[in-house]
Amino acid sequence: MTDEWNPKILAIICNWCSYAGADLAGGGRIQYPPDVRAIRVMCTGRIDMLFIMKAFADGADGVLVSGCHFGDCHYLAGNFKAAKRMFMVKSVLRNLGLEDKRFRMTFVSASEGAKWATVIEDVVKTVKELGPSPIAEHQK
Amino acid sequence: MADKEEPRVGVFVCHCGTNIAGSIDVMDVVEFAKTIPGVAHADQYQYMCSTPGQGKIVEAIKEHNLTGIVVAACSPRLHEPTFRVATKEGGLNPFRFEMANIREQNSWVHMHDKEGATRKAKDNVRIAVAKACLLEDLIPKTVPVEHAAMVIGAGVGGIQASLDLASAGIKTYLIEKLPTVGGRMSQLDKTFPTLDCSQCILTPKMVDVGRHPNIELMTYTEIEKVEGYIGNFDITVRKKARGVLSPDEATARGIIGGGCNGCGDCSEVCPVIKPNPFEMGMAPRKAIYIYHAQVMPLLYTIDFDACVKCGLCIEACGEKKAIDLEMEDELITLKIGTAIIATGFNLMPIENKREWGYKQFDNVITGLEFERLICASGPTSGHLIRPSDGETPKTIGFILCAGSRDNTGNGKPYCSRFCCMYSLKHAHQIMEKIPGAKVYLFYMDIRSFGKMYEEFYYRIQSEGAKFIRGRVANVLEDPITRNLHVFGEDTLLGRPVDIECDLVVLAAAVQPVDEEDVIRKHFGVSKSQDGWMLEAHPKLNPCGTTTAGVFLAGVCQGPKDIPDTVAQAEGAASAASIPIHIGQVELEPYFAQCMEDLCAGCGMCIDLCPYQALALVDRNDGSGRKVMNVTEAKCKGCGTCGGFCPGGAIKMQHFTTPQIVAQIDAFLCGGEQ
Repeated sequence: MTDEWNPKILAIICNWCSYAGADLAGGGRIQYPPDVRAIRVMCTGRIDMLFIMKAFADGADGVLVSGCHFGDCHYLAGNFKAAKRMFMVKSVLRNLGLEDKRFRMTFVSASEGAKWATVIEDVVKTVKELGPSPIAEHQK
Repeated sequence: MADKEEPRVGVFVCHCGTNIAGSIDVMDVVEFAKTIPGVAHADQYQYMCSTPGQGKIVEAIKEHNLTGIVVAACSPRLHEPTFRVATKEGGLNPFRFEMANIREQNSWVHMHDKEGATRKAKDNVRIAVAKACLLEDLIPKTVPVEHAAMVIGAGVGGIQASLDLASAGIKTYLIEKLPTVGGRMSQLDKTFPTLDCSQCILTPKMVDVGRHPNIELMTYTEIEKVEGYIGNFDITVRKKARGVLSPDEATARGIIGGGCNGCGDCSEVCPVIKPNPFEMGMAPRKAIYIYHAQVMPLLYTIDFDACVKCGLCIEACGEKKAIDLEMEDELITLKIGTAIIATGFNLMPIENKREWGYKQFDNVITGLEFERLICASGPTSGHLIRPSDGETPKTIGFILCAGSRDNTGNGKPYCSRFCCMYSLKHAHQIMEKIPGAKVYLFYMDIRSFGKMYEEFYYRIQSEGAKFIRGRVANVLEDPITRNLHVFGEDTLLGRPVDIECDLVVLAAAVQPVDEEDVIRKHFGVSKSQDGWMLEAHPKLNPCGTTTAGVFLAGVCQGPKDIPDTVAQAEGAASAASIPIHIGQVELEPYFAQCMEDLCAGCGMCIDLCPYQALALVDRNDGSGRKVMNVTEAKCKGCGTCGGFCPGGAIKMQHFTTPQIVAQIDAFLCGGEQ
């Protein structure tokens, strides 16, 4: 480890809204911290809760799930069904003794490049304040 | 799963000139890629999307016997199709390709952190390689395309799109919520900069849509439900009860020679009077009405919200028996291949900008009201009057950017694009019709960007209109004369102005129609930040949407004048006709699949599926177990079922659980950091 700690944050984002929004942030050259790695799925509805638990078990310091706004889902209501599952993730994290702030679900549309940058900045800031994941520390 | 091949992935990193190489150490990423397990070959090139760049992929597949390709470059939303073709040319299945987005989501957003960006790029590549190792051959599904199209909205954009589609030999359903086609353009008096009479150039097209053999005109009809996908949409429309039978409908009911012929006898006897929205509420209409003389189709319509069902119209109609007061809405399902949305615009509720006094002072009107007042077929037969006393105004003030280019939160941040030009046209019409009239235009900038527009601006200047550069602070009414004082600042002279006008015309900002959100969501079209419908690409696909087979035309995509609307409508019609003429489309093979050995037959997925693509069926092995079955044509590949399946029995092709977990592991477990 170098003296400066870089958090490992995983983002799982939907193809139609948040991925397009992130691309728009790029086109607009809106700068944000480079600590988040994104995985693309077609819809946040695809996200199994176990993906998120797996990421935390692997030592992720934070996980972000981002999809379309409610009512704007390319697949009608996939984001709504995903959001319902994500509440469960939060409660499981609390039961495990992990700060539930390490996990977040946001809604960024294809036209919200600036919002994507704000979301990333905020997620990175939150995770940095919480420090390294205790699971990652334990695995060292 | 039988023969597990050893993955041999080829990684190609793009410089994109300095777009990527400017903030990422490409050579370092290539060297790192060579160390990733499963990578058989790693290379870099200035522009991977160029012909030599793609050639590198084709050659490497053959030379190194690769099983998967990773290109680290721009967004897959941009170049995934390009590289899939290259992968195919090299002899691999096109779905053996994965893209690492190191431009839009890396180099462009971390321009001043080369170390961080390079570290992220390595992770991006490692994640992509992990997926590429597990990619499988997929075969796109080919489906036939219905030889019919739908156009929603019959303004000038929708009319043009329908005529083009129909002339190309495609059966076209033109859906309009109002009783007549024509849209906003039919409300205008003249068009800038040529000063053509708007109705004169529009009505021939209105007549054409009415009698084109390939167009089925459905006025007074709204979209109820949309199902299906490109090539095979099932659209349910609600044909609202019109209360009046067309000659064809009358014949179908056995009334020979009957049906509405547009004589208007019914309207004369109707006792109910309502404001006519076509005239912006400035003229009356009856409960049984037509909007104006040139309506298409020429059929009267009963406003059942206002009708008292007295039956006088039935008597007046007599032998034609065209009126049915008990008529009910009808739901019709239409099968189409592609659709064009052309829903147009409304004016924003400019009374919300209270400083300009619309709806507080009678003599403050909007540009659209002005169009009706100056129009020869309008409520005043073309005599411009001021609403408070019917006098001819002598001093008229125009407030431009009324609600447009407004960042106060109470307006629209965008430019509405055509208000400058129509206000110039209004100024010209006043100076032509009212000798000695004084015209003041309060403007921020005059945006006369089109062909012959700037010349038109010079012409109006030379005709004597006064241009005052500055946003108007407020408008106050003199309670005795009902004249209006327009207060503002002349920013060119640097002094405040107070100009007394008889009439003030607000060039109000435009906004999407109220139904836009509903129609947009029916078709799964996104909206842009300013509320208009979102095109697939702002530059290179301005007619397309993210929903395959759905296209946009006209102002619903963003403010446009008539030439631009017509041009986009023709573009959308051309785009919408392509799949229909080819006769078939390829669907991306991202279908759900059931792994029957794992499926417990619980049926949880069935209610989750938004497309009713899943069902429980008997398993074919005689065990009597029920398992889930996917109808591939209905599945759009969202994966909502796969994300929930408690047994992990659903395999989402191209986004399988092992692939996603490998991506997570690659980021968090492997690597040098």
